[in-house]
Parts: sequence; structure tokens; C-alpha cells
Amino acid sequence: MDVANGPRERSGRESPTGEQSRLALLVAESSVIICTGSGGVGKTTVAASIAMEAAAQGKRACVVTIDPAKRLADALGLRGGLSNEPRRIQGPWSGELWAMMLDTKSTFDALVAKYAGDPQQAERILKNRFYRNISGALSGTQEYMAMEKLYELHEESDFDLVVVDTPPTRNALDFLEAPSHLTRFLDHRLYRLLTAPGRGALRAVNLAAQAFLRTVSRVVGSEVVEDAIAFFRAFEGMEDGFRNRAKKVDELIASPGTAFVLVTSPRRDTLEEARYFAEKLAESGLRVQALVVNRMHPRFGEPRSADANRERARTFAGKPLGALYENLADLQTVRGREEEHLQGITALAPDAAVVMVPFLETDVHDLDGLARVCRHLFD
Amino acid sequence: MPFPVSSTRRLAVMAVGSNGSRVATVDPAVFFRSSKVLIVAGKGGVGKTTVSAAMARAAALSGLSTLIVEVEGKSGLAALFGREPLGYEEVVLDPGGGPLGAADIRGRTITPDEALLEYLRDHGMSRVSKRLLSSGALDVVSTAAPGIRDILILGKVKQLERRGEADLIVIDAPAAGHAVTFLQSASGLADAVRVGPVRAQAEEVLELLTDASRCQVVLVTLPEETPVNEVVDTAYSLEDRVGIHLGPVVVNGVYPPLDGLEEDPEKAAAECGAFLRPGEAGVLAAAASFRLRRSRLQAEQIARLTEQLPLPQLVLPFRFSPDLDRGDVEGLARALLEQIAQMPELAGDTTGAES
Repeated sequence: MDVANGPRERSGRESPTGEQSRLALLVAESSVIICTGSGGVGKTTVAASIAMEAAAQGKRACVVTIDPAKRLADALGLRGGLSNEPRRIQGPWSGELWAMMLDTKSTFDALVAKYAGDPQQAERILKNRFYRNISGALSGTQEYMAMEKLYELHEESDFDLVVVDTPPTRNALDFLEAPSHLTRFLDHRLYRLLTAPGRGALRAVNLAAQAFLRTVSRVVGSEVVEDAIAFFRAFEGMEDGFRNRAKKVDELIASPGTAFVLVTSPRRDTLEEARYFAEKLAESGLRVQALVVNRMHPRFGEPRSADANRERARTFAGKPLGALYENLADLQTVRGREEEHLQGITALAPDAAVVMVPFLETDVHDLDGLARVCRHLFD
Repeated sequence: MPFPVSSTRRLAVMAVGSNGSRVATVDPAVFFRSSKVLIVAGKGGVGKTTVSAAMARAAALSGLSTLIVEVEGKSGLAALFGREPLGYEEVVLDPGGGPLGAADIRGRTITPDEALLEYLRDHGMSRVSKRLLSSGALDVVSTAAPGIRDILILGKVKQLERRGEADLIVIDAPAAGHAVTFLQSASGLADAVRVGPVRAQAEEVLELLTDASRCQVVLVTLPEETPVNEVVDTAYSLEDRVGIHLGPVVVNGVYPPLDGLEEDPEKAAAECGAFLRPGEAGVLAAAASFRLRRSRLQAEQIARLTEQLPLPQLVLPFRFSPDLDRGDVEGLARALLEQIAQMPELAGDTTGAES
């Protein structure tokens, strides 16, 4: 087994390229690494590999995966899967490798308990149907909780590095806005109306609110509105706690010890998303420090000779030699296109280390597989 | 992966075409006419949008007027037909006619905001609708009951289906792990909301989703470990929790078989009296070995899928051009037509009998 020899076994391998060394250095110097990218590009695998590299460097590293990739949990040797608490993964590294799978709901529950004035308030919120809905499904809740867990792990556990695999979102940037999402929600005018006292000077405001709520009830049903009101009332007094926490998470994300690793594949659509993503990060004053291009087709000979080989395939059609040329032409075509797409990639993130990971011979679903990805990323 | 027995209640066990059983060829239009709405779902990166386009083109080639509905922006669907991105207004993506006599493919997007405004307007509630939007209450409301945004989209789809806007409506469903939530929104809301238009929408959408003669879901996957696991989970969730009728599973990106790759390049060249340049034999052999290994892995995953998910499979070839265009859509549509014609259950199973 590969791992038995040590995933960091370097003998007999090419010496690392400059880009790979830069990525290894980034891992060595960061205390938080956030892996981002569109769905299906291999974020989870890359995040786990980064944590493995950190462990190999002697660090105490924890990877937080979001996508319920049960297979990865199995592969990491964690029978019974991963939970919302980090679990240690044994392996031939000098440091420590820990992994956890984000459970949005229990993270949110813990936050509510933390900021509630008393246990009764916490219980009123946890039982509320509106809360039960939003704690699992409010757009951005998963992202918010990923950031919250990151903060908690970074501040309260003594991990040298926390690697976060961001949630697969419709809008790749939801996670960035997540900490402010809930506080914006709490600042909402409707929220103010709903929580306004029922007597005295604010009575008029409240009457207007009541009228509006009646119309809203006509559309969505009164239970939804009643649950929302009950939730907001129960939540009273807790906003400040959440708001402060959101601010601290923002600060952590922007701090120099936090690095963004953008994961993509060499296809036009995923690269376009990566480009969009890098621009949005830049607008928020954040930089992509590394770009991982995953699932590159291997290079067989010179991709430019694809057309000539296709011609030879036609000449020898029906014979094994024809098939051999056709296959070569196919793989060169796809590799050639991938390389074309990657031209100008450095402009996407000017200072980023750019590392390519080939489409491996086997799917990654165990520690050996992760070790192989590690070698492509860092050695 | 064991599933409770109840999970299999409606997953009819059936042979997959390639196992040697002879199946009569059927008109693919029978398949495309078996339900009015075809929802294409799957996790991000498996090629849902491409499959939606290919399904639509296959239906159009069978003579059915087809409407593709996109529910989230920038999926690149229109680009597959060489068109500008879609909007809420319907456009012709691919005109039919010509020597093939195909029907038109039209396309549009549906967003929850627009769907809600339209609904309220149609139901004499324009004033409420304006206020809902201008106050930002729609945000709060759709937060309060998260399924509302999804139900508004599906409600609009249901309206298009009712009006008979096209022979077939193809929905390019949202990505990520969202398929189950999206399709579950109706049953969830029917529980949570007891009165009002949203409740009515939820009930009607649920009727649409659970009626096999009106709606079926085509799940898309890749022949790889994680996507196969996920598609199996999703299939059982959709059947159990939503009671939805599942059509065939599309396995996308399968390397087409190529006979002769096992041959030693030197020997193969000698057989043809051809000369290889220096180093060429090694390159040919390495490329052949890569393809053979990946193909073997894919075959293993397809076998695992067959074993774990008793649904017919449609296999789409990997296109050795990373950027697909109309030509690719055409090729994939024809591959679908060929295989749909061989689907064993086509003749009988159009009722989707409730158990």
C-alpha cells in the first residue's frame, strides 16, 4: 500500500516544480485555507489533500468537509462516517490529521444556545417551526455555519491549519456574504415591525404592520407568518451576539493567515466560473493564492499533432493501428483544448501558484488516492 | 448499499439493453409522449445542461414541439444552441423543419420573483405583489418557508404544462445537492402552509410531480465513484419522499469503445506495412493504456450502478471536445434516440400505477 511507504515519499520522483513548492509553502504559512470552486471539480479531494500535506509537514491540521461525501469519510478510515466534531485520522504523517463534516443544523443550534439569554429562550427558538426551517435551508445558512465552524476551530482548538471545503452553492460567493446575511436579515424592516412593542407610542406602526401581515398571510398562509413572528420575538436580544460574531468571522477571512485556493477543471464553463469567482474575491479585497486545475487529461506527445494523427487513423481505419491513432488523436484533441483554455490563466489570479492535477488512472476514494493527489499537488 | 424494502416499491426491476435480451424497437416518440414534463436532475458537473439540450433535440427530432426551461442563470444552455442567454420571455432556440422535419425547440428561464408577480397579477392581487417586492417581504417570506421559491418555479411549470405550451417541457433542474430539496418543496409546503395561494400551488405541483403521465425525472450521472453513489441516493430519496416517477438514468461521459487498443503499436504498424516515427510507439501505447484503464473503471461503475439502481440506462459518449456545440448536441440526441428505441419497458409502462 502506497501510504505505508509514506505519502511524502519523494525518492525516485521528479523534484517539485516552482509552482508545487509555492503551494507547499502556502500550506506551511497559512493558518486557514478556504477551498472554493464550482460543483464537481474536486474541491473536497483537494481540501483533504491540503490537510494531509499539512500533517506531513508536521502541522496539526483539520479539514472541514461540507458535501456529505460519505465515501471520503470511509476512505479516511472513519467507520461510521464523520460528524460535527473533528475526528483524528491515523496515518504515517509526523503531524496530526483531523477531519469533520459540517452539520449545519447542530452548529446553528449550538450558536443559538450560546447567545440565548437563558435556556428557556434557547428552547423557544429551537422548537420554533420557522427556526427549524431556516436552520437547515435558509439560503446562506450552510455557508454561514461553515464560516462559523471555521472560526470556532481556529479560535478554540489549537489547530495550526483549518482547511474548509466550501459548500456547493448556486452563487459561488454566498459563503463570503454569509456572515452578514443573517445580520442583514435581522436588520430587516419587516423584522423591526414584527418585533415592535404592541402598546404605546408604536401602536400606529404596529397597526400598519398588522395590515401588511394580513395581506402577506393571504398569500403564504397565516402559519408561516405566525411562526416568523414567534421566531423574531424569541430571538430578541440575541442579535448583538450574532452581529459581533459575524464581524469577527469577516476579520478572520480577511487576515493575512487566511489563503484562498480556487479549484477548477480545464473546461471552458468551469474556468469561466473560476474567473468570475476570482474577480468577486478581488472586489472584496481578497486574493486567490493558489489555483488548482483538476482533472487535466494527460499529455501524450504533441497535442498539435492531433489532426495528423486523425488523418492516419482514417488511413488505417478498421485496423488496430487505426484505433491506436484515433485514440491518440482523441486524447490529444481534448488535451489541446484544455491547454488553450488555460492560456491566460495566470491573469485570472496574478500572484497565485498554478498547479495541475491530472485526471488520475483511478478515482480517488481512499487514503492512497489522496496521497496520489498530494504528490501531484506538492511534489 | 442496502436499502429498505419499501424503497424499491416502484423501482421496477428491468433488464438493461446490453445484457443480451432481444428487445423490440419502439418509436422514441412514445417515450417522449409518456409524460409532458421531463425534469433533468443531477449533481453539479455531470452535464445536466448538455443532457437537457440533447433530450430536447431528441424529442424535437421525434416531431414533438419542445420547450426547455432553465431555472437558474448562466447554465450555458443557450450557448449549446449558439444563442444568447435565455430570459423570462420565450425564444426559439432551434427552429425545426428542414429536411429532417424536426419540431421547434424553444427556451426560457423561470425565476421565483417573476413567477410570483405573474401569479398574483393573474389572481387579482397586483397591489399585494408590488408591496411584497418593494418592502423586501418576499425575501423574508421565502426565508420563512424555504420551499416557496422552488414552488413558485414549479407552479409556473405546471401552468405551462396545463396550457399545453409544448408537447414536451424539459426542465434543466438546479445543480448541487439541490435536486431533492427542489422536488420535495411541494410536499414540504403542503405540510407547512395550510391556506392561501402558495398552499394551492403546492398541492397542484404535488399532483403534477406524482403523476407519471404528466411528469418524470431523468437523473444524470458520470461513470465515477462519487457521482454513482449520489445518484443512487437521490433516486431512492425522490421515490420515497416525493413519490416521483423516475425515467431512465443517463450515464454521461462514457469513453466510446475502440477495438484494437490492446494491440502492440509496433506489431499493429507492421501488419499495415506502416512505419512509426521514433518514440511514436511509446506514445501510442501510453495513450491506449490510459483509455483502456479509464474505460475499465467506467465499466465497473456502470456495473455497480446497474446493480444498485434498477432503472434503464442511457449511455452518452464522452465528447473529445471539451466545449460542446450544436453538432455535439445533435450527436448526443441521436445517441439518445437510438437507445430509447431499445428501452425494454417502453411498450408497457406508461401508467406508473400507484401502489
